[in-house]
Amino acid sequence: MDYFAQQLINGLVLGSIYGLIAIGYTMVYGIVGMINFAHGDIFMIGGFIALISFLVLVSLGLTAIPLVLFVVLLVSMAITALYGWTVERIAYRPLRHSFRLAPMLSAIGMSFVLTNFSQIAQGARVKPVPPIITGGYTLHEGPGGFVVQLSNIQIIVVLATIVLLALFTWLVSRTRLGRDMRACEQDQTMAALLGVDVDRTISMTFVIGAALAAVAGMMYLLYYGLVDFFMGFVAGIKAFTAAVLGGIGSLPGAMLGGLAIGLIETFWSAYFSVEYKDVAAFSILIVVLIFLPTGLLGRPEVEKV
Amino acid sequence: MTESTLEKKPAPRASGAAFILKKAAISALVALVLFSLMIGVRTEAGPQGGLIYWTRFGDLAAIVAAVFGGSIIIELLRQWWGPADKVRVVPPAVQNALSLAGRLLAPALLIFTFLVPVIFYDQRYILDLAILVLTYVMLGWGLNVVVGLAGLLDLGYVAFYAVGAYSYALLATNFGLSFWVCLPLAGILAAFWGVLLGFPVLRLRGDYLAIVTLAFGEIIRLVIINWQSLTGGPNGVSGIPRPTLFGIPLTPGEDGLAARLGIEFSPTHRIVFLFYLILALALLTNWVTIRLRRLPIGRAWEALREDEVACRALGINTTTTKLTAFATGAMFGGFAGAFFATRQGFISPESFTFQESALVLAIVVLGGMGSQLGVALAALAMIGGFELFRGLDQYRMLVFGLAMVLLMIWRPRGLIGHRAPTVYLERSQAISSDLVKEGHG
Repeated sequence: MDYFAQQLINGLVLGSIYGLIAIGYTMVYGIVGMINFAHGDIFMIGGFIALISFLVLVSLGLTAIPLVLFVVLLVSMAITALYGWTVERIAYRPLRHSFRLAPMLSAIGMSFVLTNFSQIAQGARVKPVPPIITGGYTLHEGPGGFVVQLSNIQIIVVLATIVLLALFTWLVSRTRLGRDMRACEQDQTMAALLGVDVDRTISMTFVIGAALAAVAGMMYLLYYGLVDFFMGFVAGIKAFTAAVLGGIGSLPGAMLGGLAIGLIETFWSAYFSVEYKDVAAFSILIVVLIFLPTGLLGRPEVEKV
Repeated sequence: MTESTLEKKPAPRASGAAFILKKAAISALVALVLFSLMIGVRTEAGPQGGLIYWTRFGDLAAIVAAVFGGSIIIELLRQWWGPADKVRVVPPAVQNALSLAGRLLAPALLIFTFLVPVIFYDQRYILDLAILVLTYVMLGWGLNVVVGLAGLLDLGYVAFYAVGAYSYALLATNFGLSFWVCLPLAGILAAFWGVLLGFPVLRLRGDYLAIVTLAFGEIIRLVIINWQSLTGGPNGVSGIPRPTLFGIPLTPGEDGLAARLGIEFSPTHRIVFLFYLILALALLTNWVTIRLRRLPIGRAWEALREDEVACRALGINTTTTKLTAFATGAMFGGFAGAFFATRQGFISPESFTFQESALVLAIVVLGGMGSQLGVALAALAMIGGFELFRGLDQYRMLVFGLAMVLLMIWRPRGLIGHRAPTVYLERSQAISSDLVKEGHG
């Protein structure tokens, strides 16, 4: 039971990170109808920028860790958001009204560009950081000596995810921008007729998605203590799997799918085999889609002839 | 979404120097922020294990300056070229010459391909490259059945390539079966896996299909890596037997081909043999595809690509249509995989990553989806271009990715934007691919 509880905690933390990335996928898909293949690499860039800005700030003499982390968060969100904006501007906007596969291939190309850009700019080796946030709580000490622990970093990851989600839900459901986004999702031409700046709204969607991915990247850095140029690919596929599992286009679905993938992966590693954890996650995706072709919370598409 | 002329703003095109400079300055500013940390600061694990960093402001300044200059040049080019949607009238004489060249291109290319080993007999490097290009031509033509004809977006095509390669490698090293026995077996096994993948995705459409095929490709790769007792894991399978000319080995020994023909042995013989082998396999793929397009099943594939609902209303069995498309495409992938294994003599999971799938898909889309000649040209351009940049080493993938983005922006419909219809009333007339819907899965 203790082991189960510990794995549950680990799975929820991992799932939060996946969920944050998955929101970027699902938002873009909802509005533009394309898979933003470069999103996983945006997450990786976010991790790198968090790492570099942290190093620079610490070496400049800032020692108050909470303040440093806050500044790092803002910096990495801002710069990564600009990456998201640039990627959309260069690779997707010219192809907006092109046929369906064109933006997808250009996205795959962009993903290669970002991966190799960071490899060239920052080197191929894994970048480790010492644990920045340490300490935690012992929740329960079992008779066999097994201790269920909840570390501070885990609390921070989950809290940050909840706060961001609340903020994000408010943004989508209560603000002008959110209303524009929902309008563009339903009908871009009509939204444009009613005075919504479609280009700007789509750009903002990419910016917000990238900012959330940057948070995920920073959480990943804090939680695992390393970044490398290739981490975007696997994390990106898993997060996209999460988005599809939850029903692509649905925001709560993305979070739910993220948690599901995180839990599946953690429990599979804990009880079966670590080697096959990705196989398990992908297999469950396939099984779910056989029975629920639109994911857990997705709306079935009505097909018109 | 082509109806959205409403969204095109009739923006007056500013053309003054101030406008260009302003645009370039904004680009440079964006570049400065983007690259400030990623290029301006370089991190590396220090000698004590902790991270150290140093600054590279010179590089940063150079790149920002390059972006500034580049965006001025691009804006000037754009103004010189005029609005992108302007219809350009091609003189009839040029048009006729072009269409004649287009008709002659395929036979000329085929004859040239047959002559490649004769012309470049002494240049091992060119022969190897030609074999590589032909392998990708074959993969492209195989995937074309799934993506180009049936409109099913497959992001895990490399899985079938892997199945074919491992089928041959394992059957040959464990049971001593010859290449010619294994080749059909590899195709059949890959086709079987194609059907296996086809079943769960029958009800899926578009992007759900894409992600499931991607997941499938990853599952196959991960299983190959982890099932060490069967596949050798990351170490791969080595010592895969070389192909024989229907039982006659191409070795310097007594019973080798050279000795039997009474000519002097040369290692180039094997390369030339491999070249014609993959050429034959690729042409077989092409021929089968062209023939299938004329059969009811091929027409059903194309109907499925255009409109699945209409397809069903017409009484076409979409289940068998989809499964046969997957199986046929997978079979050719399996053939190509078996060839790859026998050519390399060594295979490992590293050869079957997502990048390969993306590369083959890029070849198909760049080739114009459904155009056989286009796929061949795209494979030549992609693999040839890839080789040209070999000297750039680590910049190669960066250039490749950039080229993919730029090519898509420049020609989203691929190199060959027109295609010949399979059914026509009086005379065959090429139709623009803008009129063809694709990839709704």
